Amino acid sequence: MSGLTGTGTLLRLALRRDRVVLPICIVLLVLLAGGSAQAALALYPTPEELTRAAEAVNASPAIVAMFGPISDPTNPGAIASFKTVSMGAIFVALLAYALVRRHTRTEEEAGRTELVGAAVVGRRAPLTAAVVLAIGACVVTSVVVVLSLVGLGLDAPGSIGYGLYWLSAGLAFTGITAIAVQLTQTARGASAWALGALGVAYVLRAIGDSSQGALSWLTWLSPLGWGEKLDIYGANRFVVFLIPLVFTVASVGVAYALRERRDLGAGLVAGRAGPARASASLSSPLALAWRLQRGAFIGWAIAYALLGLVLGSVAHNVGDFVSDPKVEEMLRQLGGSASSLSDVYLGAELNFLAIGAAAYGISAALRLRSEEAEGHSEQVLATRTSRPALLGSHALIALGGSALLLVVTGLGMALSYGRASGGVGATLGRLLPSVLAPIPAVWVCVGLALVVFGALPRLVVLAWAVLAVFVVVGEFGSILKLPQAVIDVSPFVHASVPPGGSVSGVPLAALLLIAAALAAAAVGAFRRRDLTTA
Amino acid sequence: MTLAVEVTDLHKSYGTTVALDGLDLAVETGEIHGFLGPNGAGKSTAIRILLGLLRADSGQATVLGEDPWHDTETLHRRLAYVPGDVSLWPNLTGGEAIDLLGRLRGGLDEKRRADLVARFDLDPTKKGRTYSKGNRQKVALVAAMSADVELLLLDEPTSGLDPLMEAVFRSAVQEFTAGGGTVLLSSHILSEVEALSDRISIIRSGRNVETGAIEAMRGGSMTKIEATTANPVDLHELESQSGVVDVVIEGDRVTCSVATDHLGELLERLGASGIRTLASSPPTLEDLFMRQYRTPEASRS
Ligand SMILES: Nc1ncnc2c1ncn2[C@@H]1O[C@H](COP(=O)(O)OP(=O)(O)OP(=O)(O)O)[C@@H](O)[C@H]1O
Ligand SMILES: [Mg+2]
Repeated sequence: MSGLTGTGTLLRLALRRDRVVLPICIVLLVLLAGGSAQAALALYPTPEELTRAAEAVNASPAIVAMFGPISDPTNPGAIASFKTVSMGAIFVALLAYALVRRHTRTEEEAGRTELVGAAVVGRRAPLTAAVVLAIGACVVTSVVVVLSLVGLGLDAPGSIGYGLYWLSAGLAFTGITAIAVQLTQTARGASAWALGALGVAYVLRAIGDSSQGALSWLTWLSPLGWGEKLDIYGANRFVVFLIPLVFTVASVGVAYALRERRDLGAGLVAGRAGPARASASLSSPLALAWRLQRGAFIGWAIAYALLGLVLGSVAHNVGDFVSDPKVEEMLRQLGGSASSLSDVYLGAELNFLAIGAAAYGISAALRLRSEEAEGHSEQVLATRTSRPALLGSHALIALGGSALLLVVTGLGMALSYGRASGGVGATLGRLLPSVLAPIPAVWVCVGLALVVFGALPRLVVLAWAVLAVFVVVGEFGSILKLPQAVIDVSPFVHASVPPGGSVSGVPLAALLLIAAALAAAAVGAFRRRDLTTA
Repeated sequence: MTLAVEVTDLHKSYGTTVALDGLDLAVETGEIHGFLGPNGAGKSTAIRILLGLLRADSGQATVLGEDPWHDTETLHRRLAYVPGDVSLWPNLTGGEAIDLLGRLRGGLDEKRRADLVARFDLDPTKKGRTYSKGNRQKVALVAAMSADVELLLLDEPTSGLDPLMEAVFRSAVQEFTAGGGTVLLSSHILSEVEALSDRISIIRSGRNVETGAIEAMRGGSMTKIEATTANPVDLHELESQSGVVDVVIEGDRVTCSVATDHLGELLERLGASGIRTLASSPPTLEDLFMRQYRTPEASRS
């Protein structure tokens, strides 16, 4: 294949740029898998206990909907891996997505590909380098995970299956992102396509897994479901791995074909002309911030509404009561002390959705940084717009938008779940505290992002690192057997109310105060520092 | 004469890089002040400090009588800025960007806006990402110049304009100052600075090396003379004339350089030998700047 000249050089450049972040991500993923496997094995010391726990999982449609079923309850690897393998696969998919996007469209948008392309570099080289890098990262992650699990004493074929499970998600989203970055002119647009695909994959798998029978074939359509069909620590049907393999080859092929059909810097959808004059409303920093951010917000809001609708109906499917004490213990571990399985399910999903809302809030807040780095803020601040006004307008969208996402998804859940059982109004009333309670925790995350922007504009990636820490200690802390004091670092821990549970106001008020203090500190820091472009 | 911009002993470092090292700058109200210096001299840094986008480490900066760091918002109603590297919002049209920036500044002059859009031949319906470099600059120029302000801070505003648009720019700047406005113009296009500026400041390594009217600067520099004479001129005699250097005599052809203030004496001497042809090339700005850019220390005295 021609057009590949310079791929090696670009690959080395990419490795150099990612030489810190990439190893950290891989190590964190491996720790997640190994650490929680070790903790699970310690939790159920005898084979009988392991088997009972695994059977309890399979008997809980809610858990199955979230994490997929366990193939062979008698295999210790099954219970040791079932939660991290499916969640981890999403993280691996996100890693692949981030790598491909970062080294293709982001570079192209910044004009650096043009610089590179003028040197002796083939047209296909940037995409190839990014794809090779992403696949390489996923392969390394998987291999190290397999080794660590085998090292813990889990059986080898099942552990290899675990690695293939993660690899299947990573490969698939390498291909999907490779296509997404061809479709739009901006890295932001590419994200919308790729993350949208991830959301669809998650929902397909959740519906497929929770609807025994009728719709279970949907799992086969989801790149996140293929790993599950490997039946790891069970039948180990590795032949299923051919599906992600073929899918990846095909999608990367499509990406190459699309790349051939477009110009450098262009998307497939050409830009159109627009109005010669600004509408009367486009006359304030807030109006500008909204104009810049509304597309992303609307996308997220639609996704959250759909997720709410889908998860609400899945919750209805799984809403049968189980009286097995083992299951109850499991549930307590996973999602608190709610009264019914569907409540546990919705509570756990709301926890995840709150993290997603925080991710939205952080990305909306960090728009401040990209506006600054691209030189737009310089022009805005050369008008009479003050720094607090600039920061405040994006902060308002980040705070308001992230809260609205949770409200929207709660409405969706109440609609679909309530129509099937209990009535929409009553369900909404019962869900509302669970929907609203995480908002202060989300705002703390947004506040932290604002502070990082205000004080350390070149290190805004720290905001994401903090969120990652919150997720690890908050969501996986109890499986990893972390001390409570460490788990308590995550604001989400203090702001999670299971449906039907009671709200305690003090922690929420404290979180609100912290968020307000962070926002104030951010304004103070931003006022004092230099504006730094690129 | 009041000063629109007054800078004394300004210092600014980025980590270990010293960008400004005791900069002085004085821009008189109503003038077009050329701001020159080699790459990395600190021009953009100085302008950003004047805008309150950067904070000086030490020294004084006053813009329109106000402190750019503390009185930022009130000051910004009275000035407009065109950055050297204009980056537009990818999904806003040029027209929208002009209106937005104008409104954020506190309103723009509709008539002037329409006039400038027409003169710059700008298509305001294109999206920001589809403009060429020169057209992006035109958007920023229209936005800044249709504002109702007293001071324009222009950082290499024409580096991407074609000659036709360059001419439009020049006339627009002159109209702006004819209305009483003041302009600080950083530029690498010497002919533009020469054509527009009342006075110029040349900086190098963050320090001022020369300020003044271009004519005055020419005074201290050399004019090149090429002449043919009826009677031969004596080499040694010519060389002994004050202010004359680089004398070459080939038959009846004489070439030499002379300090501009000694030009009269030289012409008298040559006249005595009967001038047949005479060509004098006044020092070009290029010559002037080359000298300042290369050897700042020599010219500081
Ligand atoms: N953000 C920054 N961080 C570190 N160094 C910087 C930064 N911005 C500018 N510099 C340095 O400060 C010095 C002055 O830069 P400045 O951009 O003011 O120069 P300039 O006169 O505008 O140059 P040019 O003619 O190339 O535009 C240079 O040495 C530059 O490398
Ligand atoms: Mg500059």
